[in-house]
Amino acid sequence: MKNKYKAIIFFLFFIFCFVVLYKGLDNPNTYTPNIKVEKNIPLFTAKDFNSNNYINSDKIFEENKYYIVNIWASWCVPCIKEHPLLMELSTNQSIKIIGLNYRDNLNNAKKFIDKFGNPYNQILIDSDGVLAVEFGAYGVPETLIIDKNKKIIKKFVGPINEEIVQEIKSIIK
Amino acid sequence: MLANQIGYYSLILGLLFSFLLCGVSIKDFNNINKRVNQNVFTLLFLQLIFVVVSFLSLILTFVNSDFSNETVFNNSHTTKPLFYKIAGTWGNHEGSLLLWLLVLTLFIFLFLVNSREQPKKYRILTLLFQQLIIIGFFLFVLTTSNPFNYLYPTPTEGLGLNPILQDPALAIHPPLLYLGYVGSSIIFSASLAAVTQNYISKEWGQHIKKWILISWIFLTIGIMLGSIWAYYELGWGGFWFWDPVENVSLMPWLTLTALLHCILVLERRTALTSWVVILSITTFTLSMCGTFLVRSGILNSVHTFANDPARGIFILIFLFILIFLSLGIFFLFHKENKKDLNNFFWLSKETSIMVNNWFMMYFLSVVLIGTVYPIFLDVISSEKISVGPPFYHKLIVPFLVPFLLFMALGPKLQWIKSKIEKKKSLIIFFIISVVLTFFILKNITTDFLYYTILISAAFFLFFTTLKELFLKKFINVSQVIAHFGFSLFILAILFNSILSSEIITNIKVGEKYNFNKSEIFLKKIEEKKESNFNSIIGHFRITDEKGKVVELKPEIRIYNQPEIITSEADIKTTLLEDKFLVMNIVKGDEYFNIRYQIKPFMLWIWVSVLLLSLGGLISLFKKKYEK
Repeated sequence: MKNKYKAIIFFLFFIFCFVVLYKGLDNPNTYTPNIKVEKNIPLFTAKDFNSNNYINSDKIFEENKYYIVNIWASWCVPCIKEHPLLMELSTNQSIKIIGLNYRDNLNNAKKFIDKFGNPYNQILIDSDGVLAVEFGAYGVPETLIIDKNKKIIKKFVGPINEEIVQEIKSIIK
Repeated sequence: MLANQIGYYSLILGLLFSFLLCGVSIKDFNNINKRVNQNVFTLLFLQLIFVVVSFLSLILTFVNSDFSNETVFNNSHTTKPLFYKIAGTWGNHEGSLLLWLLVLTLFIFLFLVNSREQPKKYRILTLLFQQLIIIGFFLFVLTTSNPFNYLYPTPTEGLGLNPILQDPALAIHPPLLYLGYVGSSIIFSASLAAVTQNYISKEWGQHIKKWILISWIFLTIGIMLGSIWAYYELGWGGFWFWDPVENVSLMPWLTLTALLHCILVLERRTALTSWVVILSITTFTLSMCGTFLVRSGILNSVHTFANDPARGIFILIFLFILIFLSLGIFFLFHKENKKDLNNFFWLSKETSIMVNNWFMMYFLSVVLIGTVYPIFLDVISSEKISVGPPFYHKLIVPFLVPFLLFMALGPKLQWIKSKIEKKKSLIIFFIISVVLTFFILKNITTDFLYYTILISAAFFLFFTTLKELFLKKFINVSQVIAHFGFSLFILAILFNSILSSEIITNIKVGEKYNFNKSEIFLKKIEEKKESNFNSIIGHFRITDEKGKVVELKPEIRIYNQPEIITSEADIKTTLLEDKFLVMNIVKGDEYFNIRYQIKPFMLWIWVSVLLLSLGGLISLFKKKYEK
């Protein structure tokens, strides 16, 4: 008797798995980031934080410049910790910092910037988190370095620290 | 042209022979004759020959660069060296499936020939289950991924093999991995056959053990080669990325390892039967599931070959037919032996093997959830997430501590029942491990307590197995070597991750870069032309803090077909550390971006995995049981 229930439960479970995987085939997981590095930056359009206009990624990233893409959110505690370091980096003229505001409440994000300062040359809104995944992010905060060929050459998962700042500086030297 | 036709028709004949075989063996099943009908052997042998012919013809079309074959056109090029033309045969989706088929038919043939002392009905049923899998694969190859598709008009040149796949380690990595995967298909069929015949017993355990060992050894080495390839070729200085496809090969390894330990109990007395059957089924299902995840394009990773949904649906349906079939058989036929209830005395080798099982199941569930959860989440809530290394590290690493301790203590227990004895040496070893770790780590790491505990546990296993190796005169030598290998593996990985250092900078010819008393000097740049790529070689001289000089020559390869730039790292391996240097072009600039890494104990990671497999190999040839 007990065995019968077990069997039924197992069958139901695997039928569920089948249905999910079958559906999964229909919508290929295009947003799953590749772990392979040095990939091109994705093409996208995103809303600008200040002007609320849509901008194309071609307009944001120019060749022959180094960029840092920093994924942050006002609800993210480690982001507060790394913020002073970003402020320090923002004084460096040879690099542009692009902020990606990840799944955030716009008002909270504005308050965050008012309170802690704005290190970003430009902030993009990623309200549903799709853009971050396009960049191959694991979570918040995360910092990516984009080189002069518009390739992601390095990525730091988690808050940046003094050592990483030094490393970034040595790359953009 | 001709080879192409021969290959295609051999495949169809092979499939027909599968049906014939099923018919003949079903007829033979109820025959009172105690021996398996000779016709079965003949048919099976012919089927194997047809698949071999088909595979050889595919190799031949690759060698001849016959671009009227679609697979060759997509994956080869006339300027490719002969070695990679041949390796290209299984470096693509269609060819690799043909290789699957080849190994499937080869293994069932070997199984039938080598199981003469087993009951006839059991052998025939195993053959039938295996033919079911073989038919599935034949249909899959012929309907969705035919390697012999004809192209007209014949193109003059092929598209080329993906350059990152042009690597010696990768040429043998898939065949070895497949031997492991497919070996598990024999275990699967055999265990289903044994369940229906109520033959899960001591005798069966002794007989199936060698198949488990064979698959386990191949799988272990196959995974290691893949990881070596990632280390050399992907140029990111790591050897394991928790990429979905790597996970997919790790999952059957975990269940197979658990199965290997269960079989040590089963070969002595009929116990743990449910575990053995379920693990046998799971191992093969996970291998198939891996094929599904990789081949259907449902996951994106460095290994994704094709995104053809028809293929995905085929494997998915096939996979679930196998799952339901095996579950049905398990629930209908399997009877737990009443007198052999799995109530082991708490302090016995059996208990410690159970503990090992549960650890393996835990690791398996972590890896499984990390790999498939994003798919489920996407389907159910269309939320896209990706699971990365931190997830696995957080969930797996802390559990290594008790796991390592159990691994050191478990094998010391007796079968059935043991007494608590005073083991002075164990306590001494434990103290030594802790003290040693303390002094090694004192000045290096920031996360002191965490690493001390981990490394102490690994050292403890290291010392206890080392002592066994020298003092116990080769009792259970396979187990001791494998466990010793594992302790070495964990130690190498831990020290590697703590002590690795990395320098990234831009440098031009004639420039020197100084950092903590070391110096990197780019002497010159050399350009070379090969048949299938042009290369830029940097000549670097690196002086380390002790004044030692190493010359490293990393390379940038610009492949012609398809046009792809790859960075070939140059690695100087010594006993204690690897010096790893890779460079990249910075466009429109005379500078090169270089990444220089010092990675301690890399060599020992590979050596320790080899030791693990050596343990398995010894066990395969050893006549005695585990004591």
